[in-house]
Order: sequence, then C-alpha cells, then structure tokens
Amino acid sequence: MPGLAGRMSTTIKAKISKMLDRAEDPAETLDYGYRKQQEHLQQVKKGIADVVTAKKRIQMQSKKLEEQVVKLDTQARQAISQNREDLARMALERKTAIQTELQGLDTQVTQLEQQQEQLIENEKRLRAKIEAFRTKKEVIKAQYSAAEAQVMISEAASGVGEEMADLGLAMQRAEEKTEDMKARANAVGELESAGVFEDITQLGSGSSEIDRELAQLSQGTQVDEELAKMKAELGAGSSTDASVLEEGQKEENQ
Amino acid sequence: MIVRISGEGQFRLPDDDANRLNELDNSAVAAVEAGDEAKFHSLFDEMLSLVANDGEAVGEDELVESDVILPPRDVSFDEAAGEFTGDGLIPD
Repeated sequence: MPGLAGRMSTTIKAKISKMLDRAEDPAETLDYGYRKQQEHLQQVKKGIADVVTAKKRIQMQSKKLEEQVVKLDTQARQAISQNREDLARMALERKTAIQTELQGLDTQVTQLEQQQEQLIENEKRLRAKIEAFRTKKEVIKAQYSAAEAQVMISEAASGVGEEMADLGLAMQRAEEKTEDMKARANAVGELESAGVFEDITQLGSGSSEIDRELAQLSQGTQVDEELAKMKAELGAGSSTDASVLEEGQKEENQ
Repeated sequence: MIVRISGEGQFRLPDDDANRLNELDNSAVAAVEAGDEAKFHSLFDEMLSLVANDGEAVGEDELVESDVILPPRDVSFDEAAGEFTGDGLIPD
C-alpha cells in the first residue's frame, strides 16, 4: 500500500503490532489496546481544539488589518483634501498591499474551516470505530481461544489503526495550513506596523510616517478643520483617483 | 475491494469499478510523469467520483483494512508526484 497515507498507516500498524506483542494474555492486550485508542482520541480532540484556536487568532488578526484598511482609506481622503497627493498615494498603495494579503488570508481561513469540519467528521468516525473495537473486544474475550483471539485482535486493531493514521494525516495537513496562515498573518502585520515603503519613509520608533505627517497637518489646520472635512467630502466625490487628476493635467498641458 | 479516500472514510467497491480505478490510477501516474497537472487533476477527480459514487460506505462499526488509500481530495500536484509513481496506488 504505497502513498503518503499508506506509509503513515504502515507506521501506525507497526506500532500497534509491537504494542500487542508485548502483552501475553489476549484479554490484557485487548484492554490495553482499547485504553491506548481512547488516549489517542483525547489527543485528537485536543488537536482539533488547537486548530480552532489558531483559526480564531488569525481571524482576529484579519479583523485588525481590515480596520487598518479603513484607517488608511480615511487618511488618503484627508491627504487629498490637504492637497497632499504624495501622502494620499502612499496611503492608498499601502492599503492595496494589505488588501491583497487579506484576500489571500480570507481564502485560507475558508479552506481551514472546511478542513476543521472534516476533522470533526473524522473524529466522529474514529470514535465509532473505537466503540466497535470495545464491543468486539468483549466478544473475543468471551468466545475465542487464545490463538484465535490473537488473529482477531490484530485485524480489529489494524482497522482502528488505519482510521487513526488517516485522522493523523488530516490533522497534520490542518496544522501545516494554520502554520502557513500564521506566518502570512504575521508577515502582513509586520508589513503594516513597519510601514510598507521603508525606502520612501524615514521610520522613527515604529509609528508610520504617514500617521506623523498627517497628525502634523491636522494640528496645523485645526482652525480650518470644518473646512478640511468638507473638502475631503468634495475630494472623495469628484477626484478620489489621483491618476485621473494627473491625466487631466496632462491633457491640459498638451 | 476496500478503498479509503483519505479524510473521507472507506468504501466497498465492486470488482468492475476496481478495474476501472486501476486504469485511472495508471493514467494518473502517466500524467504525473508527463508533468501534466491539469490532466492529473481531472483523472484524480474521476477516481474520487468513481469511489464515492459507486462505492458503498463501510459501516462505522466495521473494522477492516483498506486495500487502497487515495490521497486527500485537496492533494497538490507536488504531493501527488510522490504518490503516483511506478505502479501507482494500486500495484499491478
């Protein structure tokens, strides 16, 4: 039985048969096998809980970044109203970069959700198999000779073992996915906090150049705050796209 | 033949379908060797549909080993390259 899943199943089966060989009395082997299966099921439950936690953390990070997108959008509008197209452009460029990453993250969260559902299904199936093992173990203990029991134990244990191996594989894939996503979310977070365009902006103690300049601007124009807001509204309505302005200017120059 | 779709459980497949699955498996190996990702995915999808549609789900209380284990539905082409080699999933 080749293949990734096949190899993993083989490893688990080897472990099971080693475990079964250790016990001398079939009844003891069966009880031991059942206990081990239940322990494994507990680990599985914990593993699924970990995936859920990781997903929630990533969703929270996404939410923060979404807020950042809104903030950058507002900043861009402010900059336009102050005739600071350079700042507006920077804010919009940064916003776009974060948005692109966010889209990727959203897709991954959806995929992880599907994997999570599948894990829960798998866990249910494994639980049923373990329950079947428990029933079978009592029948074997009551009805079969030691020699017959050994054969039946091995068959039943392999059946459960394959289910465990498969769930292990699914879990591993989900964990790899969450690791990827964590790395991605962290990268976006760093991108956002450090400022995307380090070559353009001189960074101070982590606060972004855009924030600082805009803060200065708004401080300098407190008197005209009301007017600035109105300009922003007008700017948003008529000339949000700076490139349109540039196009227009080019045409005028020609 | 008992076939497991990784992550989705086991299915009992009639002999005719088992032969068809073997053919698809061999074609999938050829597609992987040729580096034809699109063809591989279409063949793999066909394998999954064959097993899931024609196969009868193995009961939850049945403890049986699979003869063949298909990779998970979302297997990537790179991962598949490690699985669909030589005789494929089903040795001839």
